[in-house]
Amino acid sequence: MADEAPPREAMADEAPPVRARGLVKRYKEVLAVDHIDLNVRAGDVYGFLGPNGAGKTTTLRMALGLIMPTEGTVELFGRDPIRAGARALEGVAGFVEAPRFYPYLAARKNLELLAALDGGGAREHIDEVLEIVELGPRAGHRVGGFSHGMRQRLGIAAALLRRPRLLMLDEPATGLDPAGMRDMRALIRRLADEGITVLLSSHQLPEVQELCDRVAIVDRGRVVYEGALSDLRRQGGAGYRLRSTDDDRALELVRTQMGIEHAANGEHGLVFQAEEQDVGALSLALAQAGIGILALTPELATLEDLFFRLTET
Amino acid sequence: MRPSTLTVWRWELRKLVSQKRTYLGLGLAAILPLIFVLVQNLHQHEGHRNENIFASHITQSGLATPVLMLLFMAAFMLPLIAALVAGDIVAAEDGNGTLKTILTRSVDRGQVFAAKALAAMTYGAIAVFLSAAVATIAGVASWGFHNVVTFSGSVVPAPEGLLLVFAANACYLIPLLSVVAIGVLLSTATRNSAASVVGTVGLVILLYIVAQIPGIEGIKPYLLTEQFQNWQGLLRTPTDWTPIAHSAWVCALYAVPALLAGYLVFLRRDVAGG
Repeated sequence: MADEAPPREAMADEAPPVRARGLVKRYKEVLAVDHIDLNVRAGDVYGFLGPNGAGKTTTLRMALGLIMPTEGTVELFGRDPIRAGARALEGVAGFVEAPRFYPYLAARKNLELLAALDGGGAREHIDEVLEIVELGPRAGHRVGGFSHGMRQRLGIAAALLRRPRLLMLDEPATGLDPAGMRDMRALIRRLADEGITVLLSSHQLPEVQELCDRVAIVDRGRVVYEGALSDLRRQGGAGYRLRSTDDDRALELVRTQMGIEHAANGEHGLVFQAEEQDVGALSLALAQAGIGILALTPELATLEDLFFRLTET
Repeated sequence: MRPSTLTVWRWELRKLVSQKRTYLGLGLAAILPLIFVLVQNLHQHEGHRNENIFASHITQSGLATPVLMLLFMAAFMLPLIAALVAGDIVAAEDGNGTLKTILTRSVDRGQVFAAKALAAMTYGAIAVFLSAAVATIAGVASWGFHNVVTFSGSVVPAPEGLLLVFAANACYLIPLLSVVAIGVLLSTATRNSAASVVGTVGLVILLYIVAQIPGIEGIKPYLLTEQFQNWQGLLRTPTDWTPIAHSAWVCALYAVPALLAGYLVFLRRDVAGG
């Protein structure tokens, strides 16, 4: 692969961390990825969500150059991993599915091997990354004896060896116990705070809700939403929950009020959607009807609600 | 700075050194000459009068032992040992999912393939020379470092004989490395260690069977298995280079397309395992 000229390098550095256009992957009759477009910006903690078999892992594999797209392109900082090979992965690290290591080698030996394959000064950072993932005391132990959680953490350590500007993680918390999940989220948050762009493929909706600022939701190989998480939740509509002294009468009244929609009796009171000024008018009407308001609270749609709304047809 | 292919090759060797199964083949390569020498000693062997010249001189010079061992092991045992690693070297990583681990670092696919092929060849060469070294040491310890006869019946001094023994083993590497190349191709294409090892050994057996089919004698000189004994040209007086040169180009016809095909498959393949 010929070296690129310096002006091209400068352009590449300004290019977004991930840009996919019309990405397609077909396995014989199965269309695993169907014209996916992705735009991960520098500094994003970007959630990549979707049900099992939606095409998330296949997309990540294409982004890392592990599998060839049937159609379309994906670029990392402006470089196509299929055409540019290992050069496209400069500043990029991560893993797809579970991180894999040589079980017959110690954790440190595995990292030494990977550092050798990274070149440069990666080897000097081995102790540091082992400390970050809290595997320092187990560095001399063979990976074959590691728990799933320890392998996940070693996967992060292996990624950090590359001093990445973009970290691509596929289900990093899968299989971890609650404490392991909490630690993994804290680690990802810390890395994001240090300025690393994170592309996080996950089934864990609370994890995405807690960590991510932008998301893409994929379903059956297609992106059904891409954008800011806050915009998605706003699109979900502002909801309210009302508990009153007489919920049945309150429901009748609510249904007659202008600007109030989707009113229904919920498990803990009435739920409905409305604009803020209409809620003010409703509270006055309830008071005039002699219905006491015990609680009137705004409720944003959860990511889970929105996820199922977008992916269940 | 990105790593060189030699760096990747060194780590491939370290991986081999760290795996127990690596020592299975090397153990076989080392133990068979020892068993041979032990049996000869126990039977107080006086020579096989009706067999080849080295067999009849087995007790007269320790240098006859490595030649006899190469005659015996070249046909099947050393190709089998080489196939154990060559057939496994890509497929095992694919099955374990570590191929994706190394292909997402700063090395190109071509470098990884070249390093793996080189490591498998290095292993094959080590097995050959280990077997030769053990046979020479055991033979010399039992029957002394004396002059040795060649296939032509002439006698060469012991130091020259030692040199010829190792040169003959080096010549044998030509067909053996072709076997390795085929093993690496199968390992890359099938993604299955067992299938690749069995496939490589199966091909060797198939070529032996083909060589026995009447009416196709014309193709016999071009079968890979026919090249396994061409190193014997080196142990004639004067040295007969014709079979060695023939072996070199015939083996290239097997090795080069196999390596090229393996390389192209490795470059284009989807790494979806693990």
